[in-house]
Amino acid sequence: MSKELKGIAASDGVAVAKAYMLVEPDLSFTKKAIDDTDTEVSRFKKAVADSNDDLQVVRAKAKESLGEEEAQVFDAHMMILADPEFTGAIETKISDEKVNAEQALSDVSQTFIATFEAMTDNAYMQERAGDVRDVTKRVMSHLLGKKLPNPALINEEVVVVAHDLTPSDTAQLNKKFVKGFVTDIGGRTAHSAIMARSLEIPAVVGTDSVTTSVKDGQLIAVDGLTGEVVVDPSEEQQADFNKQAKTFADEKAEWAKLKTSPSVTADGKHFTVAANIGTPKDLDGVLDNGAEAVGLYRTEFLYMDSSELPSEDDQFEAYKKVLETMNPKPVVVRTMDIGGDKKLPYMPLPEEMNPFLGYRAIRISLDRQEIFRTQLRALLRASEFGKLRIMFPMIATIQEFEAAKKVFTEEKDKLVADGVKVADDIQLGIMIEIPAAAVLADQFAKHVDFFSIGTNDLIQYSMAADRGNDRVSYLYQPYNPSILRLVKHTIDSAHKEGKWVGMCGEAAGDPIMVPLLLGLGLDEYSMSATSVLKVRSLMKKLSTADMQVMAEKAVNESISNDDNKALVEKTVGNK
Amino acid sequence: METREYNVIAASGIHARPATLLVQAASKFTSDVNLEYKGKSVNLKSIMGVMSLGVGQGADVKITAEGDDEADAIAAIDEAMKKEGLAE
Repeated sequence: MSKELKGIAASDGVAVAKAYMLVEPDLSFTKKAIDDTDTEVSRFKKAVADSNDDLQVVRAKAKESLGEEEAQVFDAHMMILADPEFTGAIETKISDEKVNAEQALSDVSQTFIATFEAMTDNAYMQERAGDVRDVTKRVMSHLLGKKLPNPALINEEVVVVAHDLTPSDTAQLNKKFVKGFVTDIGGRTAHSAIMARSLEIPAVVGTDSVTTSVKDGQLIAVDGLTGEVVVDPSEEQQADFNKQAKTFADEKAEWAKLKTSPSVTADGKHFTVAANIGTPKDLDGVLDNGAEAVGLYRTEFLYMDSSELPSEDDQFEAYKKVLETMNPKPVVVRTMDIGGDKKLPYMPLPEEMNPFLGYRAIRISLDRQEIFRTQLRALLRASEFGKLRIMFPMIATIQEFEAAKKVFTEEKDKLVADGVKVADDIQLGIMIEIPAAAVLADQFAKHVDFFSIGTNDLIQYSMAADRGNDRVSYLYQPYNPSILRLVKHTIDSAHKEGKWVGMCGEAAGDPIMVPLLLGLGLDEYSMSATSVLKVRSLMKKLSTADMQVMAEKAVNESISNDDNKALVEKTVGNK
Repeated sequence: METREYNVIAASGIHARPATLLVQAASKFTSDVNLEYKGKSVNLKSIMGVMSLGVGQGADVKITAEGDDEADAIAAIDEAMKKEGLAE
């Protein structure tokens, strides 16, 4: 009997496959007194050895399908298994206190987790608590004779079903076999959703109850366009989903034809459709989808994927790779945007009441200039390999921009004096994400070479609504005339000074927002690589003259987000 | 007993990768090897012990080895400390 669920459509596409339950088994146990402690210790040692065997296999698989870097997490797990302070303490506890291995394991592991978690000034150690938890679960599962899911071992086509997917879960998934995701919780901007979009597999998140509605191996159909999920679909339903999948594939094939075309509107105006990247690995997607530029290179991944501050040379290699690959297409590199929800394990930052309003991004860069200077030097050295544009995040005042520019100029002069080749056409711009900067855009435009509007932050700061808080998520209103006015003022101000404006948030690839932005005259649209062709195809159908008339109404006459959504839908119709 | 003292110069202290390599170096020997910092001593063969000390930049640490191969152990650890840029 089929069962229908509804969730949030998080990544386009349609799939029908067997469910793979990425759900932990019940690992509860009861405390027991043990007489024969030697046998109990042997039982524990066997569980450790079996866990180690698991990890060897999982590591090899993970390396094969995902690469060395993702596989290294399992090295950390094996080291914990080999740690004499960990296993030794458990064995001692079994012998001295005459308790069962499950109890001893749980107690010792709790002590370590508590110690690590108590180090609140050190995010890295808090993450290690997660490693101890993972290892404990694995050994416990062997003690109890239960099977843990090992997503790295999936070797047939499946739809992964989970309560939520953590980065370490997703890192283990092989794209070849995983045809879709369905989760209980999460929204469009959740990690699992972003990951699904970058893997180009359909995903539905926030279904509330998928993990309790489906059993391992049962057939499940997922529509990532509408958010519909059907467990155990009838033949008729399967046919429907397969038809949808085909329509989507056809549409994608149609878009693919636009890969080498410029992005031109129905009335012949050219705009730049660019892609966002986090690491040089993402360049494949950029090239495959025919993006005309990299509109946002988020350099914080260089910092986040490392166990220490990345060296100037490591950064140089990454920047060079990106610039060289894209050349002669431009690359906008955003300098380190750490803080807010992005923490560095090796650089503890003070706990703050409002991290999004606190010490982050350019505020850290200007304060801890040694980090900033290293990054700028690496960028300057890479500049001769392509067309570099540098963008500073979280700029609130013109003085902050001038201070950042001064550091840039000092490092540039030093390198030039040392005989290092540096490009002389590097543009310097800022993110427009703080309302203060948007309001003062007319003055900023005289100082900078370009603007790039970061919609997620601009909306959360304008609406005073935390973007991670579900209770106020109704205030995420990209089409609200207040937001559109800030965007319009930014664009008009830049154009008056002969500067260009991009947008690098979620909204730049949104089918409702794009027509409005065309009407407002935005020059560059930077989005996930997978949206590039869809947006290019949409632009082809729109005339800027019509969009200008529509945007005028949206900015001046409308009083709500919903009105503007309806206005665009009515004007653009089914184009 | 062999003892060696260091001032940690690496910007992020004894973390992650360097910690792993120190533990791997120490684990090759039968001697008891300990790391002392701020009056606390941990087994240098224990990754969790080492990491739980939270040794940062500028820290003064002491490493001791006691056993049959204590001299070799200290030499190997000394090499790892320098190779990883933890100390000069």
